[in-house]
Amino acid sequence: MQTSTLFALLLLLVLVAYGTGFSRAVAAARGRGGLRNLAALPSYYGLHTALWCGLPALLLLGGWLLFDDAIIRALVMNSLPDKPDTVAGQNLLYAQIQNLAAGHLLGDASPQVQAAAEHFSTLQQRGSVLQAALTLILAIGLGAIAVLRFSPQLRAREKVESVLKAVLITCACAAIFTTVGILLSVLFESLRFFHEVPITEFLFGLQWSPQMAMRADQVGSSGAFGAVPLFTGTLMVSAIAMFVAVPVGLMSAIYLAEYASARVRNLAKPVIEILAGVPTVVYGFFAALTVAPFIRETAAAVGLHASSESALAAGLVMGIMIIPFVSSLSDDVINAVPQSLRDGALGLGSTKSETVRKVVIPAALPGIVGGVLLAVSRAIGETMIVVMAAGMAANLTANPLESVTTVTVQIVTLLVGDQEFDSPKTLAAFALGLMLFLSTLVLNFIALHVVKKYREQYD
Amino acid sequence: MNTMTLDTAGHAAPAQPQTVERETVDTQTVVKETVGQPLCDNAKLSMRNVNVFYGEAQAIHDVSLDIGRNEVVAMIGPSGCGKSTFLRCLNRMNDTIEGCRVDGDLTLDGEAIYGPKVDVVPLRARVGMVFQKPNPFPKTIYENVAYGPKIHGIASRRAELDEIVEDSLRRAGLWNEVKDRLDKPGTGLSGGQQQRLCIARAIAVSPEVILMDEPCSALDPIATARIEELIDELREKYTIAIVTHSMQQAARVSQRTAYFHLGHLVEVNDTETVFTNPQHALTEAYITGRFG
Repeated sequence: MQTSTLFALLLLLVLVAYGTGFSRAVAAARGRGGLRNLAALPSYYGLHTALWCGLPALLLLGGWLLFDDAIIRALVMNSLPDKPDTVAGQNLLYAQIQNLAAGHLLGDASPQVQAAAEHFSTLQQRGSVLQAALTLILAIGLGAIAVLRFSPQLRAREKVESVLKAVLITCACAAIFTTVGILLSVLFESLRFFHEVPITEFLFGLQWSPQMAMRADQVGSSGAFGAVPLFTGTLMVSAIAMFVAVPVGLMSAIYLAEYASARVRNLAKPVIEILAGVPTVVYGFFAALTVAPFIRETAAAVGLHASSESALAAGLVMGIMIIPFVSSLSDDVINAVPQSLRDGALGLGSTKSETVRKVVIPAALPGIVGGVLLAVSRAIGETMIVVMAAGMAANLTANPLESVTTVTVQIVTLLVGDQEFDSPKTLAAFALGLMLFLSTLVLNFIALHVVKKYREQYD
Repeated sequence: MNTMTLDTAGHAAPAQPQTVERETVDTQTVVKETVGQPLCDNAKLSMRNVNVFYGEAQAIHDVSLDIGRNEVVAMIGPSGCGKSTFLRCLNRMNDTIEGCRVDGDLTLDGEAIYGPKVDVVPLRARVGMVFQKPNPFPKTIYENVAYGPKIHGIASRRAELDEIVEDSLRRAGLWNEVKDRLDKPGTGLSGGQQQRLCIARAIAVSPEVILMDEPCSALDPIATARIEELIDELREKYTIAIVTHSMQQAARVSQRTAYFHLGHLVEVNDTETVFTNPQHALTEAYITGRFG
């Protein structure tokens, strides 16, 4: 039986179980003079029966689907009298058996392999029959038990709710474990990298040229892994971005929250937030094709030299990208400042701007700082714009007109294309990723802490 | 028209129909004329034929009232009768509400309050306001009081500012409680202290009039008593208009009382007269607690 058919059948059974549980509860209630004499509402009895019918069967089915391939493989391979020694050889052989069983003929197969292929198909067929039978028996059996054990005193609501709670906890854990998993995988790869390159060299070295020599006599590919130029490049681009985003974003937030009429606000706010929806690739080629040449020509006009890819171009465009982020977060915290504070200031004879500068902004400041820190961590992690507009050269420079490179850009270039994952070159990407992860983690932590502290003040 | 029979005796003893006939008050009555003495000779603030609109809805209908020098005028009335709206006209706080329009002649010492050439900033410095909910700024106690003098450039030197802060806090009866913690946040004080801090903040800019919009509604009885004493002391120097829901408070602190009803000014009289011998049936019904 096909798995999809099985699912459909299972769903049908669950619906039947729900209906049975529901109607039994309704019938019991009628016999006892009203719903109040049941321990829970009929829908909870329905759900209770449905869960008993569906959940264990579903778990069984899920487990089966996860493990049946491995079990069948083990059975087939063990039945072979002589098999290759290497894992790769075994994989190849098993693939051949599978293809043969599926009817794709790939050259001549030995009788042994043909026998194995037949064995494989019978196992698969039996497996699928067994799977369907077990699932359905489990569903029907447990569903029937749940129906038989029905009693008006059964606290169905509490049972259903505890199952729901377990589902919610599982979902929450999935997110957390994913984060932990990513962190661990990055961490272990980084540790491998630090075995090959000392951590001090990575953190304090001034040279970044991750090309490893393939031959002993190769020139210019010594492989230097000093990440300082990348960090300074990241810092410079982010700083330029914040120079653009914070004043513009903050002032637009102040305008929208304090000065704009409701009509302008309703129009302008969504338009500003559209900026947040533009894919960063689009910003990237805007930066590379429009802003960078413009900067180069302007610099040339005033007698400065600017390279065609510059930190300034990337930073400016990244700043524009972050404006809605800063603006929207600041707008929220400014709106959260109670009207009574504004009234108090105005009632003392403050002008509108004095009220904004001396009362509203100081009151909103912690929230604004939190928002800005979140924006900084976005700027540090941003990749596409810098890849396209800031360049690849790891220059250690303070001149924003030169091309620089950032941590994210280097991760991209290290991992693009065919790579072997045991050379320091590719492992360096994980070390950079770890640094990035840690710095944005710290920033987010501080930002959330500041924002939370602010929230407590007015609630 | 929803006509209510406002005779409690009628409910209590339906067997005695003669008491039901005694009097009924139609609370939806449109009041044409204000009874009593809305005007006075030494008016600090004088309002003539004031109408206030929120968009299409009219909140205040043709109100005329004087507030005399060094006088406390209490404004009472049921919720939504327009007393707060009227109070907020006096220092143009209604300007901050979108769609709010004020008609009529309002003057402070004979100078127009509303007018194309009037700057609201000095006006609000002359007419201070204390709000229903204590609203200290999230700054230190000192900074809260010093805020007004700073923005108006009243004090040029630090010592002068210190003096104003101390004087204002003393007059608000808060100095002894906070003198050792002027650098602590004003939001950390108790509700009653916060409200006195707000009064000190208002006094610090040396206003001529103080408007109080239910200044005690968020406070406990002891803090309320403290503020009421304070209002009585402040009368020597300032002119005060106070909106209150508590008739006892109006009776305790004010010299004249104005009764508002559905946006109309029904009756203005000496406080004693209003509470002992009200001239309008609506006023009597309200102060005897038959609605409101």
